[in-house]
Amino acid sequence: MIESLGQTLAYGILVGALYGLVALGLSLVFGVTKLLNVAHGELIMFGGYLSFWAFSMLGLDPFLTIIFSMVGLALIGVLLYKLVFSWTIKFSEDVKIKNTLLVAFGLSVILQNLALRFWTADERSITASYTGVAFTILGVRFPAVRVISLVVAAVCLIALQLFLKKTYTGKAIRATVQNWEAASLMGIDIHKVYLLSFAIGAALAGAAGTLVAVNYSVMPSMGLEWTMIALVTMVLGGLGNIPGTFIGGLVLGLTESATSFYISSNYRAVAGLVLFLLVLIFRPQGLFGSKEG
Amino acid sequence: MLRLEKVDAYYKELQALWSISLTVNEGEIVALIGPNGAGKTTTLRIISGLHKPASGEISFMNQSISKLPSNKIVELGLSQVPETGKIFTAMSVYENLELGAFMKKARKGKNQSLERVFEIFPRLAERKDQSAGTLSGGERQMLAIGRALMSEPRMLMLDEPSFGLAPILVEHMFETIARINEQGVSILLVEQNVQAALELAHRAYLLENGRIVGEGNGKQLLSFESVRSAYLG
Repeated sequence: MIESLGQTLAYGILVGALYGLVALGLSLVFGVTKLLNVAHGELIMFGGYLSFWAFSMLGLDPFLTIIFSMVGLALIGVLLYKLVFSWTIKFSEDVKIKNTLLVAFGLSVILQNLALRFWTADERSITASYTGVAFTILGVRFPAVRVISLVVAAVCLIALQLFLKKTYTGKAIRATVQNWEAASLMGIDIHKVYLLSFAIGAALAGAAGTLVAVNYSVMPSMGLEWTMIALVTMVLGGLGNIPGTFIGGLVLGLTESATSFYISSNYRAVAGLVLFLLVLIFRPQGLFGSKEG
Repeated sequence: MLRLEKVDAYYKELQALWSISLTVNEGEIVALIGPNGAGKTTTLRIISGLHKPASGEISFMNQSISKLPSNKIVELGLSQVPETGKIFTAMSVYENLELGAFMKKARKGKNQSLERVFEIFPRLAERKDQSAGTLSGGERQMLAIGRALMSEPRMLMLDEPSFGLAPILVEHMFETIARINEQGVSILLVEQNVQAALELAHRAYLLENGRIVGEGNGKQLLSFESVRSAYLG
C-alpha cells in the first residue's frame, strides 16, 4: 500500500517535471510578448525530430541530442518570429491575442505538413541503450531515462531562472513584462527582448521535444496533444509565472498518476482537464499566479 | 537643446495636439502647465517616442528624433520620468535603479550614478533591497526620478512629480528638482501644481485643448487672466 503510494508519487513527479518543461517555453513567450503560440506543440515535435536525426545519423547519446534540438529550435524561433509573429506584436493587447491565435493555428498546420514531408507519418522514438534500466529505492522503482529527464528539466528551469534574475538581459526581459513602456524609456529595445524571448521559448520547446522523443514518441500529428498539456500546465501554474508553471506541471503529473492508479488509466487525461476546469472556475489566476510578473 | 516645431498628434481619429512649438534651452527649467486633458502628458510621450507625431518636427541637440524609437532617444541623453505607476513593482529598488543604467554607456558609470542618486535621495539607499511594490507614493516618485538619473541624462522630462505627495514633500520635491538642474540637467516639467511650478521654472508654456495659448517667464504667466482664474482662484 505504502509502496504503491510511493510509486504513484514518484511517477507523478517524474512525468510532471517533463510537463513543466513542455510548458516552460510557452509560459515565457506568453509572459513576455502576450503571444499565445498554440503551435508550441509543433515546435516540440520539431525538437523531437531533430533529436531523432542526431541520434540515428550521428549515433549520439539520446540526451546529448538536446544540443541539436535546442540550437535548431532557437534558430527556427528567430525565423518564425521575424517572418510571422513580429507582424502581430504591434496590435493592442486584446486584438493581439485573437490574431496570434489564428496565425499560430495556421502555422501549426503548415509545420505538421512540413514534418510529413521530411519525416513521413511514421511514429519515431529514441531508444537509449539504458532504456529499461531502473533502480529501486524502498520498493519504489525509478526508471533511469525518466530520472535523467527530470534532471534535464530541472536544469532548464534553474538556468532560465538564473538568467532572468541575475543577468542584465534577463532583468530587461522582466522589466518588459512588467511595463514595456517604462522598459523602453530605460533604453531597452523591446523588440529585441521579444525576439530573444521567443527564441529562448522555442529552444525550451526543442529541449522538451528531446525528452518527449526519449520517453514517448514523435509523429507529425502529436502537436495538439502537447500544446494542450502545455496550456493546462501554464494555466495551473499562473500565466507567465515561470516557477509556477513548473510546479503546475508537477501538479498535473501527480493528478494524472493518481487517477491512473486509483481509478483507471483511461481517465488519466480527463482528470487533468477536470483539474484545469476547477482551477479556471475557482482560481483563474492559477494556483501560484499573481497580478504582477 | 530640445525643439518642437508645429507638432500635431492624434489618438486614433482624435487630434490631441495642434501645432505645438516649444523649446528648452541648455540648463533651463521649463514648465508645461494646463488643465487635465490639455495634452501635457501626450506632449511628453511624443517627445520620448512612446507616441508618434502625425506631422511636425522634434529635435534634440540638433538631431531629429521624431522618427526614433524610445530606446534610441534615451541614448541621446533625453530621459522621461513617467508617472509613478511605472516603476517595476515586482523588482527591488536596487534592480529598478540598475535598469535605469541599462544602456552600455550608462552601465560603465553605474556605481557613480548610484552614489549620486543615493546622495540626492538617501531614502532610496535605506530601501535598496526592498521590493519597489512596497514603497509609498513619495518614495515611488523618488525611485522614478532616481531611475531616470541613472541613465546620466542631459535633459529630464518629469510628469507630475508632485502628484499624490503630502504638501511638505511637495516642497522638498521641488527643491530636489532645482538641485538636479544645478548639476547641469535641463528640465521639462509637467505639473498640476501651477504656483510651485511657475516659481521654480525659468520659463513656462500654458497648454489648453492641445494648443499652446501662453508662453513666458513665471511672472508673466501668473498674470495671465485664465491662469489666475483657473489655478490660483
